Amino acid sequence: MSAVYDLKREVEKPERLTGGHRLCAGCGAGIIVSGVLRALEKEDRAVIVNATSCLEVSTFMYPYTAYTDSFIHSAFENSAATCSGAEAAYNALKRRGKVEGTVKFITFSGDGGTYDIGLQSLSGAMERGHDMVYVCYDNEAYMNTGIQRSSSTPRFARTTTSAVGPVGKGKKQNKKDLTEILVAHNIPYAAQTAPIGNFRDLHTKSYKAIYTEGPCFLNVLSPCPRGWDYPMAKLPEIIKLAVDTCVWPLYEVEEGVWRLSYMPKKKLPVEEFFRSQGRFKHMFLKGNEWMIEEAQQYVDQKWERLLERTDA
Amino acid sequence: MSNCLSGNEAVAYAIKQINPDVMGAFPITPSTEIPEHFAQYVADGEVDTEYVTVESEHSSMSVCVAAEAAGARSVCATSSCGLALMYELLYIAASCRLPITLACVNRALSGPININNDHSDSMGARDSGWIQIYAENNQEAYDNFIMAVPVGETPSVRLPVMTCMDGFITSHAVENIELLETDAVRKFVGEYNPENYLLKKENPLAVGPYDISPYYMEHKVMEAEAMKAAKARILEVAAEFAKISGRHYGLFEEYRMEDAQLALVLIGSSAGTAKAAVDKLRENGVKAGLIKVRVFRPFPGEELARALANTKAVAVMDKSEGFSANGGPLFAETRSALYDLKDRPYLIDIVYGLGGRDLKTEDVEEVFGRLAYITVTGETGPVYTHLGQRQRRR
Repeated sequence: MSAVYDLKREVEKPERLTGGHRLCAGCGAGIIVSGVLRALEKEDRAVIVNATSCLEVSTFMYPYTAYTDSFIHSAFENSAATCSGAEAAYNALKRRGKVEGTVKFITFSGDGGTYDIGLQSLSGAMERGHDMVYVCYDNEAYMNTGIQRSSSTPRFARTTTSAVGPVGKGKKQNKKDLTEILVAHNIPYAAQTAPIGNFRDLHTKSYKAIYTEGPCFLNVLSPCPRGWDYPMAKLPEIIKLAVDTCVWPLYEVEEGVWRLSYMPKKKLPVEEFFRSQGRFKHMFLKGNEWMIEEAQQYVDQKWERLLERTDA
Repeated sequence: MSNCLSGNEAVAYAIKQINPDVMGAFPITPSTEIPEHFAQYVADGEVDTEYVTVESEHSSMSVCVAAEAAGARSVCATSSCGLALMYELLYIAASCRLPITLACVNRALSGPININNDHSDSMGARDSGWIQIYAENNQEAYDNFIMAVPVGETPSVRLPVMTCMDGFITSHAVENIELLETDAVRKFVGEYNPENYLLKKENPLAVGPYDISPYYMEHKVMEAEAMKAAKARILEVAAEFAKISGRHYGLFEEYRMEDAQLALVLIGSSAGTAKAAVDKLRENGVKAGLIKVRVFRPFPGEELARALANTKAVAVMDKSEGFSANGGPLFAETRSALYDLKDRPYLIDIVYGLGGRDLKTEDVEEVFGRLAYITVTGETGPVYTHLGQRQRRR
């Protein structure tokens, strides 16, 4: 990668996730995958791994694959172990002179496959130190099965298993902080990013993750028009609001050094993010003002802590 | 060369001689010694296998699935709950047509938790699309693992192979066995050169699609055809193996079956005990015989029916409960196989040895006694029973 990021030049590279896949319009996953894979050097090959997910069933429905690189999916909870197996094969075959060139190993899994059912597999692979990148495209619920809450779903969000009614207030618990869990693995590189603006943040972090030796992790916010309930054209706006409200701060931790990637010019109130999506609609009903207050307090606390850690 | 080795050591030694590309390793009693011995081979530089010490059996099989798909010969070992945890991936390995070799050291499944031998673990996985080959003793455990590699990797087969041996009885007992020279083993298994694999430069490969109804069934039928094709290939490989080892293997072993009127059908180490009982009964003029099933998947139904065609009464001995309320899995398969015979022998099922319960020669003699009684009275009595139950206090 040259020193200056140039979106125009980057998008001239051949797409490694081709059009014609079956992801919804307005979904974050497709642009995240294209964005991450664009950071691969042209001459390098990749083995792409998916957990079972919307992404997987939309990009590799027999007999068509949307990937130009080699690809493997096996199950829901084992994408990290799967990636580590492919990487182990590469090391073995390389040692025995049976494979040519550079091959990179990149996993994409949703939050269900990462925060929940795949956490053990991910932790194991990171601890073992495989040279791989694990990308979580975080849409904050089990979208492939029809919008059920995961440990990534934020507090108060409505899902089909965190219902809203006279008693139910949406999800009861706060979102698990997965990026911090990965940082605690002392891996060489972990970052939180999003496909925002000209994709510079996603691109540079993807490049670092792919070309830093050892296990690297990217947590990427991935809005879902069906689960979050927004008009599909609003995708970029929603990502921007998540970042500017500090609901989804952009930062990276490189060899233990925390760095803030983006400081909002003006930190917006969280309700602006909540207002953009149907899943938070009940928070704006009369009598539910406390929800927004508590959510704001939580985001502020997390943000302050991040600022302390990054010395920003 | 002759050596004194436990079953686990023998299999670990076979893996060392094969020097696979990748091994997924996770401990579980009684298979733990296999990855332990192998770790030492790695540490001593005797192999250059990529040895991946995962955090669960689920990941161990996931590593093998991906590594094999990537073009690497991959192996692992497990037992009991470890195999159960792999369950999801066993089907995936078979359906992706990945010839992984797994040493299953048979142990009872929880619960209640029990570390001793029975066949409930591998029998639970019998319909997962894996070839299953069972050993009676250490020698067979060693030989089976080596033969499993070329069987699974045959292009018309391309199925994973599970080689099974009885936990503790075989895995931990030390016996004299004949080992092959490493060069002979390497030559026998050859290089693993699949046609397509993830790391192939010229032709990227996609593995593990979402498979829709118009295609899924065709893929399952292809898998079923591969399992059928495996039967002939297992015999071919056994014939090739006999040339380098002098040891002969079939789909099952017939022991004193030539004129047998009463016969047992069973799997694994109990065959040794049963053979002793058969010998004793023969001395007393009883026409007793034994069939030790070696290959359970693919099931040698036609061959077994032929071998049992002239018997009068047969006891199938299942070392696993199937909870079908209709007999164990070996019984179900055997009875089904015998259905096409014109004259069928009487057939009973004896479930025995669960959770490491001993089988003694007297127990086997008692079973033959029941068979003799059946042939005299023509009354089978209860078809499906459990051997050696302590009296329940009321």
